[in-house]
Amino acid sequence: MIAELGHAALWLAAALALLQLVGGALALREGEADGIAGLARPAAILQGGLAGFAFFALLYVFAVTDLSVKLVAANSHSLKPLIFKLSGAWGNHEGSMLLWVTVMALAGGLIAAVERRLPEKTMQATLAAQGFVALGFYAFLLLSSNPFERLPEPAMEGLGLNPLLQDIGLALHPPTLYFGYVGLSVAFSFAVGAMLTRSVTPDFARAMRPWVLGAWVFLTLGITAGSYWAYYELGWGGWWFWDPVENASLMPWLAATALLHSVSVLASRDALRVWTIMLGVVAFSMSMLGTFLVRSGVLTSVHAFAVDPERGSFILALLAVYIGGALLLFALRASSISEGERFAVASREGALVFNNVMLSAILAVVLLGTLYPLLTEAFDVRVSVGPPYFNPVSAIFTIPMLLVMAVGPLLRWRGDSFARISKELALIAALVIAGLIFFALFEGGALLPLLGLALAVMLAVASFLPLRGRNLKRLPIAVWGMVVAHFGIAVALFGMASESAFSTERLAALEVGQSATVGPWEVELASVQPVAGPNWTAIEGRMLASYKGGEGQPIAPQSRNFWAPAQQTTESVLLTRWNGQLYAVMGNEANDGRWQLRLWWKPFVTFIWYGGMLVALGGVLAIIGRVQQDLKRRSIRRKGAVRRADMETV
Amino acid sequence: MRGLLALLLAAMAMPIVAQGNAPPAPYAYRQLDDPAKEAAAQELMETLRCLKCQSQSIADSDAPMAGDMRHQVRIRIAAGENPEDIRSWLMQRYGDYVSYAPVVSASTWPLYALPVVFLLIVGAILLRRFRRRA
Repeated sequence: MIAELGHAALWLAAALALLQLVGGALALREGEADGIAGLARPAAILQGGLAGFAFFALLYVFAVTDLSVKLVAANSHSLKPLIFKLSGAWGNHEGSMLLWVTVMALAGGLIAAVERRLPEKTMQATLAAQGFVALGFYAFLLLSSNPFERLPEPAMEGLGLNPLLQDIGLALHPPTLYFGYVGLSVAFSFAVGAMLTRSVTPDFARAMRPWVLGAWVFLTLGITAGSYWAYYELGWGGWWFWDPVENASLMPWLAATALLHSVSVLASRDALRVWTIMLGVVAFSMSMLGTFLVRSGVLTSVHAFAVDPERGSFILALLAVYIGGALLLFALRASSISEGERFAVASREGALVFNNVMLSAILAVVLLGTLYPLLTEAFDVRVSVGPPYFNPVSAIFTIPMLLVMAVGPLLRWRGDSFARISKELALIAALVIAGLIFFALFEGGALLPLLGLALAVMLAVASFLPLRGRNLKRLPIAVWGMVVAHFGIAVALFGMASESAFSTERLAALEVGQSATVGPWEVELASVQPVAGPNWTAIEGRMLASYKGGEGQPIAPQSRNFWAPAQQTTESVLLTRWNGQLYAVMGNEANDGRWQLRLWWKPFVTFIWYGGMLVALGGVLAIIGRVQQDLKRRSIRRKGAVRRADMETV
Repeated sequence: MRGLLALLLAAMAMPIVAQGNAPPAPYAYRQLDDPAKEAAAQELMETLRCLKCQSQSIADSDAPMAGDMRHQVRIRIAAGENPEDIRSWLMQRYGDYVSYAPVVSASTWPLYALPVVFLLIVGAILLRRFRRRA
C-alpha cells in the first residue's frame, strides 16, 4: 500500500512539474502573472512535498524490508542493520534517481516559498525551467526505473547482504555529490529564468549565489571524502586516479568554482553578466554529464551499476535535450544581454576573469581527457589517458591560476595599479623563489611537486594578506570565508605536492621478529594471527611501529577473505602524526614462509583532506555571511517601505 | 576417447597447477635492492595500466596480472634494460592501451592539439576583454 502511495505521489509530482512548465511558458508568452502562471509557486511547493513523500515511502519499504517490492528484494536483506537498510534505499540505481529528483523538488519548493527578490515573471520562468528539468527525471523514473515496482510473488529473502557495501562513508558519499549537482541545477534554472526574461541583474545573482555556494560546498566535501575513501580502501596509498568517476565530480566542481566567483562579481559590481550565465549553463551541463557518466554504465566500474543500454540511452537523450537546449537558449539570448559594468586589467574583476578563464581551461582539459578514451573506444581504438597526461597538461593552467589567486584579492574593484601593491607582489615572488630553492636543496626530485610546494607556501601566506590593515572584528563573514577557502587550497596543494615529492615506499618480506624501515619509521612484525569476523576470516599482522627510535605503537593491518561473496580485501592501518601518515598493509605469505608487508611514509598527506575541509568551511562561512547580508538588506527595505507608508499617511 | 578426456582435464587443470607450483612472480611485492633501479622501475610502473582494473596503474593494484607485470618490469630493469624498451615490449604484447605515457600518435593527437587550442582561446578571450578596456 505504501509503495503504491509513493508511486502515485510520483505521478502527481510529475503532473505538477508539467504545470510549472506550462505556467511559466504562459507567463512568458502572454505576460500574465496570474491565472495558470500564478499557480507556478504553489505547484512547486506541492511538488516538493509529494516528491518528499515518495522518498519517505521508499525509505519505509526499505525500513520494514517489504520483500514484495522488487527493489527491496534485490538490494536489501532482513538481517541488515537498520542504518544500512535505509541507506540501501538510495544505494541503487532507481533509489538514487528518486533521491536526485526529490532533492531537486524540495529545492524548487524552497525557492518558490522564500525567494521574493526577483520580478515575478523571472521567478515563474525559473520555476518553469526547474519543472522542465524535473520532468525528464520523473519520466525516467516512471517509465524505465520505477522504484516501487512490485514482484508477482514476494521474495523469501532479499539479495543485498554484500558486506563490502555496508560502509557508512559509502552510504553518505553519493547523496553529498547529488546535493551538489542539484544545487547547480537550481542555479541553472535561475540562469534560464533570467535569460528568458532578460533580467540578468545583481538581484538575480544574489538569489542564485547561496545555491551555487551550497552546491560548491557539497561537491567539495564529496570529492574530499571520496578521495580519502579511495586512499584508505584501495590499499595502495593513491588518493586521486583521474578515474572517469572521479572526474565526473571534479568537472562540476571546477565549473562551480568559476561560477561562484563570477556570480559574486555580478552581485556586487553588476559586471560579467554573460559570463555568469554561461558558467551557469556549463556547471549544470557538467553535473548532468557526471550523472550520465556514472549512471548510464558507460564506465564499467563499481560506481556504475545501471548496466542497461535502454536506461543508458534514456539518460543520453535527457543529456542531449538539457545541454543542447541550454546551449541553444544561451546562443539565442547571449547577444541580447549587455556585458555590464566595465573594469581595468589591474582590478579585482580582472583577476577574477583571468582565473575564471583558467578554471574553464582546466575543465576543458579534464573533459577532453575523460571523454576522449570513450570516444575512441566507439571506433575500436583503445587509448589510455591517465595521470601522466592530466598532471602536466592541467598544470599549464593551474600554475598561473595559483599566482593570480594570490594577487587578485589584494586588488581593488574596478581599477587599480600593480604599483600600489608592489610590496605584496615582491613578497609573493620572493616566497615562490625562496620556496623553490629551499625545497630543491632539501629534497630535489621532479619539478612539478617542487613547484607545487613553493606555490603552496606562497599561497598560504598570501591568502592572509587581504586581512592586513583591516579591522578584524568588523570584517564581513564572507571575507573570512574567502580567506579560509584560499588558505584551504594552499593546505591541500601542500599535501598533494608533499605526498608526491616525499613519499617513501617499502615492500618488505619479513619473518616474525624481523623489522623493516620506511622513512623515519621502524616497523617490527611481532606476530601473525588468524582472526575471524561474522563473514570473513583474516590474517592479522601484529606490528610495532616506532617513529625515530621512539616507543613502539601497536598496529594490526589485516588481509581479509570474505566468503559471501568471495572476495579478498586489505584492511590497511593508518598511523597519523601531525607531519604525515604511516600506511601499513598486510600482504600474503611468500613461498619461503616470510610475510609480505607494504609500508609507506607519506609526509603531510593528511593536509590534502584538511585542506579540502577548510575549503568547504570557507564556503559555509561565505553562505552565512551572504544570507546574513541578504536578511539585513531585506529588513532595511521593509523598514523603508513602512516609513514611506507612514509619510503618506501623514 | 578416454585419452582425449584425460588430455582435456589436464588442460583444464593446468592453470591451477601452474598457479600453485610455479614461483608466483617474487618481484611483484618485492623491491629491487638498488634504490636507483627501484626508482626507475617505480617510475615506469606508475605509467603502465593495470589491464584488469578501473583506472589504476600496475604500481597500485592487487590484481595478479598487475603483480606479474611488476615482476617483469623489476627483473628487466635489474638486468639493465632501458625502461622505454620495456614499455615498447609490453605495448607490443598488450597494445598501446597498456601505457599511460603520453604519446602523440595518429589516434591521440587531438589530446595535445586541443589544449593548445584552449590556450589560444584563453589568450584571445583575455586579450579581447582587456584590450577594449584600455
